[in-house]
Amino acid sequence: MKIAVASGKGGTGKTTIAVNLVLSVENANYLDCDVEEPNGHLFLNPDIEKEETVGRLLPEIGYDRCNFCGDCAKVCEYNAITVLPKQVLLFEEMCHSCGACAYFCPQNAIKETEKPIGILREGKIYPEGCGFVEGRLNLGEMMASPLISHVKAKVQPDCINILDAPPGTSCSMVETIRKADYCLLVTEPTPFGLNDLKLAVEVLRIVGIPFGVVINKADAIFTTIEKYCKEQQISILMKLPFDRKLAEAYSRGEAEVRHYPELKSQFHQLLHNIETQILKRTQSDFISPQLHKN
Amino acid sequence: MNNLKQTTWSKQIVIISGKGGTGKTTLAAALADLAENRLVADCDVDAADLHILLKPEITDVNPFTGAKKAYINQALCSECGLCEEYCRFDAIENFKVDTIACEGCGFCVRICPEKAIDFNEHVSGFYQKGAFDDSDFFGAYLQPGEGNSGKLVSQVKKSALNQVKTKQREWYIIDGPPGIGCPVNASLNGADLILVVTEPTVSGVHDLQRVIQVALQFKIPVAIVINKCDLNPQIAREITQYAAQNQFPVFGKIPFDEQVVRALMHGHLITRYPDSLACKEIRNIWSNIERYFISGARDDQVFEK
Repeated sequence: MKIAVASGKGGTGKTTIAVNLVLSVENANYLDCDVEEPNGHLFLNPDIEKEETVGRLLPEIGYDRCNFCGDCAKVCEYNAITVLPKQVLLFEEMCHSCGACAYFCPQNAIKETEKPIGILREGKIYPEGCGFVEGRLNLGEMMASPLISHVKAKVQPDCINILDAPPGTSCSMVETIRKADYCLLVTEPTPFGLNDLKLAVEVLRIVGIPFGVVINKADAIFTTIEKYCKEQQISILMKLPFDRKLAEAYSRGEAEVRHYPELKSQFHQLLHNIETQILKRTQSDFISPQLHKN
Repeated sequence: MNNLKQTTWSKQIVIISGKGGTGKTTLAAALADLAENRLVADCDVDAADLHILLKPEITDVNPFTGAKKAYINQALCSECGLCEEYCRFDAIENFKVDTIACEGCGFCVRICPEKAIDFNEHVSGFYQKGAFDDSDFFGAYLQPGEGNSGKLVSQVKKSALNQVKTKQREWYIIDGPPGIGCPVNASLNGADLILVVTEPTVSGVHDLQRVIQVALQFKIPVAIVINKCDLNPQIAREITQYAAQNQFPVFGKIPFDEQVVRALMHGHLITRYPDSLACKEIRNIWSNIERYFISGARDDQVFEK
């Protein structure tokens, strides 16, 4: 089973929810897909057993064969290649590694070579014994999605895989949630939280993944999120009240359930709610008309 | 100061954080409110929130065509499967293109022996222009699930910069996106000062250090603001030490203030509560920014209270 934890807005508590869920349930595997700013390790303190550099393919011009015909630049939709009379310029940060230039080169002069973009770390979390996987994007690297797919390749089929997503609703968030069995959307009771929750809901409806909401720092004053969820028939699976004690524990990098084990039952309940929802697929079952058209 | 202002004096300040939720937008909106003759741009295009606080009146909305998308014409398709085989983005299944996963590379379009794949411009978002008070507002909206947020950020910045020049705006304040990837890089391009908002948590520090490494590649001066600074005084001190060691001035330390939470819940600017602790410190941050540019001071000593 794959459960993604996403949010739209940053800082709502994705990592907090993901980390505590991993530590509360049996047979869990944590995968940090927020490769730009991976934080899960700070709370889980995993023993890293394996570390490897991962890359993405970039074209390399073989000048012994290249006749500067310019076909590679023509097929590149990203304007990542410019062909000069005696030189081919490659703008790496614009390349999406699609491979078209290499395939369509009439001289067979382009070879694709792997360029490192980040590090993939794997390990174990003790004493709970859960799995840990993290992608860590190299500084200065623009594209997170190829690294996220490397992280996702480490999903364990027999485990409860918890995927900690990056904030936002663009390509890297979508890459994380794609093909997940369920997505938890963590929000907070502010107009920002609500605005970004709505955007995230739109993504999940387009992608067609069942989802539910967790309200973090919940309070009794701003109830617009509850109202919105009710109107949209979205289940609220958990509410965590704001507690300065917990905020301070977070600031020190402490996973709450390790210090307050009584919280574990709430996370068991959360998993139970998710499992029931996956079985029933009761809510938000519709797929956007856009996708039908295609 | 008047001398400086006579010509096209203009400074571009980008507010970023690495980690999300540290208070970028709250601070950006407050600074925008304190600045005069300013222009504001929201470059967090995939979770744009600045408009909630500044409430601009939008006057212009333009479609943004970031990338093309492939579309298989079923009537012409012979189901050979070449497109699926060659798609690197796992975007084709059962002779249908998953529009969300398609990155618009056009490989399938070119390889299809039946020429059955259309390749059309695709509206992946909107960029917009508006006004609040006597200022200009620029922002954008990325359709949920779309890529190319970096390009959209550049588009917002391009249109905003034109306006900065034509209207001779002195302050150009940008609310940046979280993370360290392409939209962040696009938002930093051309800035005069990068203001990094952090919080005293282990993740705040971790992300601060990463995003600063990225910021330094642009050779643009960096200053730090510590938000919710009393949440963990120990880590707040560590951040101050880190800043001192690396000669990044700390422009302010905003205490955790319930008033900020309440203001936010109502969609109010914190500057509407001038007596709040947070507002007082944000005023201090703004005067540090002014002093930084106007006196040309680069020494962090200047900003010690």
